[in-house]
Amino acid sequence: MIPAGLLQAPAEVSSGDTAWLLLSAALVMLMVPGLALFYGGLVRGKSALNTLMMSLAMLGVVGVQWVLFGYSLAFGPGSPLVGFLSYWGLHGVGPVPNPAYAPTVPHLGFAMYQAMFAAITVALISGAVVERMRFGAYLAFGLLWTTLVYDPLAHWVWADGGWLHTLGALDFAGGTVVHISAGVSALVAAMVLGPRRSLGRTPIIPHNVPFTLLGAGLLWFGWFGFNAGSALASGALAVSAFAATHIAAAGALTAWMLLDFARTRRATAVGAATGIVVGLVAITPAAGYVTPRGALVIGVLAACASYAAILLRPRTGVDDALDVFACHGIAGISGALLTGVLATRVVNPAGADGLLAGNPHQLLVQLLAVGATVLLAATGTVVILGVLRAVMALRLPVPAEIDGADISEHGEEAYYGGDVAALAGRRIALGQSVSLPAAEVRRSAAPPGL
Amino acid sequence: MKLITAIIRPDRLTEVKLALFRAGVTGISLSRVSGHGGESEIVQQYRGESVVMEFHEKIRIEMVCSEPFVEPTIQAILSSARTGEVGDGKIFVQAIESVIRIRTGERDNAALTPVTADLVQRLARSESAPPEGA
Repeated sequence: MIPAGLLQAPAEVSSGDTAWLLLSAALVMLMVPGLALFYGGLVRGKSALNTLMMSLAMLGVVGVQWVLFGYSLAFGPGSPLVGFLSYWGLHGVGPVPNPAYAPTVPHLGFAMYQAMFAAITVALISGAVVERMRFGAYLAFGLLWTTLVYDPLAHWVWADGGWLHTLGALDFAGGTVVHISAGVSALVAAMVLGPRRSLGRTPIIPHNVPFTLLGAGLLWFGWFGFNAGSALASGALAVSAFAATHIAAAGALTAWMLLDFARTRRATAVGAATGIVVGLVAITPAAGYVTPRGALVIGVLAACASYAAILLRPRTGVDDALDVFACHGIAGISGALLTGVLATRVVNPAGADGLLAGNPHQLLVQLLAVGATVLLAATGTVVILGVLRAVMALRLPVPAEIDGADISEHGEEAYYGGDVAALAGRRIALGQSVSLPAAEVRRSAAPPGL
Repeated sequence: MKLITAIIRPDRLTEVKLALFRAGVTGISLSRVSGHGGESEIVQQYRGESVVMEFHEKIRIEMVCSEPFVEPTIQAILSSARTGEVGDGKIFVQAIESVIRIRTGERDNAALTPVTADLVQRLARSESAPPEGA
């Protein structure tokens, strides 16, 4: 099949639109290290590097997958369920704009912009499996999940001819595709893997809250590219989405601090960082369809819903370690449904009216899109982890989990034992292994008293 | 010779150090420790979970003194580390059998006084003299 972009007369490339989309792609890319810091600060120091790597590694794995076949599965011409492989290796994706997506930007620019979305989506899931999943199994999961869940879902919702797109489901920047899918998959993955061994026995305290605040700040910054960039052009719609993004984050942050204050008499820093992310998640599907007042309502309501979910989570025994479901699942569902309530054509003539603008049908379409996303994400994650479990270990061995994932998975430590430990260490040749005499190992392995 | 170990509040360290220097005790080691005593416990909130912090950060000061310095050291710590609230800390005094200075091989009392002790004491008394009596 010949890509649609090559059949049509070359459209005019706009330098302004291209500049904004490239900048937006770079902003979304920056969200990945932002997410790495957000998550990395919330875990214990002994697994900090592993947690950071779980986010960063996806820029690599998904970046390669996207070029080879991911972009084609998601945005290639094909059936309503999935794209075919005509864009394999980004074949035919070049300087000529694709009129179906960003009609004034070279097609390759759109493909790169979407590559960043694919990378951060699977990285979001890592927050549920930190401190206990094997790194190799996680990389394999990331590759399979992006291929079998993210790419088809992006096709359903965003691709020309995708079945939810045809039905008129509104998802401006990825409320269903990115956040609901990641949140639900995170919950399922946490259940499949089981809780960390120390959960409920010892307190698990964030090791670097400043990291988390820095990460939340970078996410807020990058989210302007995520949402306002999804206008795919530099103009009034991008401005509207930019405003909605900022207003929802501000509303959710304020609401979260007030809820914290009402419950414990203190506004916590971890709570503030969480509130920021929740507001940004909730506005993602709505950013290009709602007024500033609508954005404020979405931010505040989503903050209340996620706050309640986070309070309930410790009572469930499901170790969604960094509350990915409460932040991305609950806020994503809130945002997707509220889009069906608050959307208006006044903001975006290419969008649709919601319930309050006299179109209750839109809310039903949104509900269908949410349901379909939950179903695909949950079953996809169960199947992928089930297959992986049959061929490799998903969890760290117990001693490695006790010592932290940094040493067992990466052979490094985020915070080594200090100068004394380094001075007392001994250099060895690269690749040389250190082994104790067998008798000594047996003695040290024997429990005391034997 | 006695080993004097004092557990104090971190925020009193500056005053305690100055008082010890003024008393002529200049050879000290200190370390950060966590301790559990009679203080009320701090509750921290992390998202949906509350954590009770049952240990408080303290500073442990260790010094070995010849007999004439033992009582002045104790008085210096008492006067500088006390706030009157629960959690001011403790002083432990133990006998020491022998002290050897590695650089010279000197033993016991000869090994105890740092060579710069007089200078440190003079500076402490002049530069940061307390306002009282002035």
